[in-house]
Amino acid sequence: MAAIFHGVGAATALSPSPSHSVDSKKFQLAPSRSLSARKGRIAVVRSDSSVNLSLNSRGRKDHLWIPNAVATKTDDSAASTASKSGHEILLFEALREGLEEEMDRDPHVCVMGEDVGHYGGSYKVTKGLAEKFGDLRVLDTPIAENSFTGMGIGAAMTGLRPVVEGMNMGFLLLAFNQISNNCGMLHYTSGGQFTIPVVIRGPGGVGRQLGAEHSQRLESYFQSIPGIQMVACSTPYNAKGLMKAAIRSENPVILFEHVLLYNLKERIPDEDYICNLEEAEMVRPGEHVTILTYSRMRYHVMQAAKTLVNKGYDPEVIDIRSLKPFDLYTIGNSVKKTHRVLIVEECMRTGGIGASLTAAINENFHDYLDAPIVCLSSQDVPTPYAGTLEEWTVVQPAQIVTAVEQLCQ
Amino acid sequence: MCAQMYYRGKMFGFVHLYNGQEAVSTGFIKLLKKEDSVVSTYRDHVHALSKGVSARAVMSELFGKTTGCCRGQGGSMHMFSKEHNLLGGFAFIGEGIPVATGAAFTSKYRREVLKEADCDHVTLAFFGDGTCNNGQFFECLNMAALWKLPIVFVVENNLWAIGMSHLRATSDPQIYKKGPAFGMPGIYVDGMDVLKVREVAKTAIERARRGEGPTLVECETYRFRGHSLADPDELRDPAEKAHYTARDPITALKKYIIENKLASEADLKAVDKKIEEVVEDAVEFADESPHPPRSQLLENVFADPKGFGIGPDGRYRCEDPKFTEGTAQV
Repeated sequence: MAAIFHGVGAATALSPSPSHSVDSKKFQLAPSRSLSARKGRIAVVRSDSSVNLSLNSRGRKDHLWIPNAVATKTDDSAASTASKSGHEILLFEALREGLEEEMDRDPHVCVMGEDVGHYGGSYKVTKGLAEKFGDLRVLDTPIAENSFTGMGIGAAMTGLRPVVEGMNMGFLLLAFNQISNNCGMLHYTSGGQFTIPVVIRGPGGVGRQLGAEHSQRLESYFQSIPGIQMVACSTPYNAKGLMKAAIRSENPVILFEHVLLYNLKERIPDEDYICNLEEAEMVRPGEHVTILTYSRMRYHVMQAAKTLVNKGYDPEVIDIRSLKPFDLYTIGNSVKKTHRVLIVEECMRTGGIGASLTAAINENFHDYLDAPIVCLSSQDVPTPYAGTLEEWTVVQPAQIVTAVEQLCQ
Repeated sequence: MCAQMYYRGKMFGFVHLYNGQEAVSTGFIKLLKKEDSVVSTYRDHVHALSKGVSARAVMSELFGKTTGCCRGQGGSMHMFSKEHNLLGGFAFIGEGIPVATGAAFTSKYRREVLKEADCDHVTLAFFGDGTCNNGQFFECLNMAALWKLPIVFVVENNLWAIGMSHLRATSDPQIYKKGPAFGMPGIYVDGMDVLKVREVAKTAIERARRGEGPTLVECETYRFRGHSLADPDELRDPAEKAHYTARDPITALKKYIIENKLASEADLKAVDKKIEEVVEDAVEFADESPHPPRSQLLENVFADPKGFGIGPDGRYRCEDPKFTEGTAQV
């Protein structure tokens, strides 16, 4: 489901500050969206299987949340200057902005992927870049994922900084050989001689009836590969920030985007900023329970949070953002405060991010837990086409509310 | 010598020897500049030596010592050298071809986007007959020809992929014919004759340097030993082996030199002796080199070690002293 979030003009909320605590009562939470309201949206599925969700014309004046990035050492310079009013932007445009800024900044940054050039990207993330930077810098590749990902790795070893786009994350299964064997490993097996500063990005996740093969969550498959970092963006702010940080990083980074989040709107700062690749984001501080989530499920959690608040609970919501490695500091501090953990993810149950996170928290913070960790993940089912079935494979806000109520008994 | 050391327990795992195929490596790589790149397979010891990696570094790497070209972390199948632009050393077949295509892409990018007008670096990708049935081979032939990348695809057709005869695995065994199908010249050459290989290599490399695009060169060659030191090599016909042993490239070149009075027997004996000394020295150096210390375990996993993340105490894991000792659990 794509939601529209309008930034509120309050300037104070926008400047990320190191110890920012948000008074949740200050902001009016958007009314919950019922199933029928969601069905009212028009999804245009194109023959190339890209989905354009046309935005409802009745815009919502009240907003849900302004995510505040956890301030980092690198963010400090941006935070200290008074934030201008910023500009409103959709998530896919934020990704493009980040990419364009990095390409302007460093001529070694290039893009390769299917339909990234003349077509502008199947989700329009690279629209206009080929006209600006040329066909070699924004390279339209033939349909050969394994080979062009390998080509990106070879280019990275010899001095370029490629951004490889998988038209859909699922297609990167074809590139698994190169990602696992070369991307993650070559820095190590060459004894540190070659760096592979490649960014592999693309949309994944369960969309709107895209069918099983286009609705995959590859985080679980890639997480064990040593030598790579994985991040997942969820808002225009962190999408741009993570894109830029990933490009500047010397490590290979896989940036997971979500098909249904591309049309999110938010006001982001005009000035240059990046989001730290290894840090999690505090979305909503609370006292009763820690809810860890990432990507699209963040919005299901926030919707459930609204219901929970009305019922008298105070959930702390953290968008983990960094899927590998986990930010155990932010997560740990939260666990030490609330003593109860709920993980909400779209990944599969078996061997997913939630499974790893459960293990990591149990290992490190066992003494602080008052209850076993509850992990809500998607069913271990190939995503069905039928809309009703598809809805039941992913975690819905009602399930989150029930889980929190049970956890907090 | 590698075989001797292997059987004496100095090195382990999979070691693939290049005996019999030397003409291909020498014929091609000796024409390259230092900035040109070479990508090979697991049968990469000689490619490394030809490209300029010292015998000491190669032998140490085989012994798994910290003075090896990859600090002992790569081993026989993963020889890398940034200084000499040797981009590996890949264990899975076909894996190196896209990497080579990427290196060639960088060369073109530097010339056309970064405007380094004199950048004419060429990349050579070496691989075998078995790889020519693999998807990555065909995908890269397509991309290289499409964008006219400065790369030469060198097929070391030694007729056998472990125990699989090329003729049993390939519908059309003439590999060089697959070049024109993708829009590049396909050349067949006697890979046991270093001078013939060199001639063909010259045209292919010059063509790539001029920016005219890739070439596919198929070298008929043979490995005198098994696929690896673990291969009993029972399937190959002794008559076939005898046929190719008679065409040993090193003996053939020696004969050519003597017949054409380019050097005397004594000169060549001196070369032989020198080689022996270099090899002995390499073994001695490798033997005396230290094993990698534990602290090396966690280095080089990430170029930026912040990639190990933030630990529960708020510090980056790489700042933990146990990390530099190699005892931290990541």
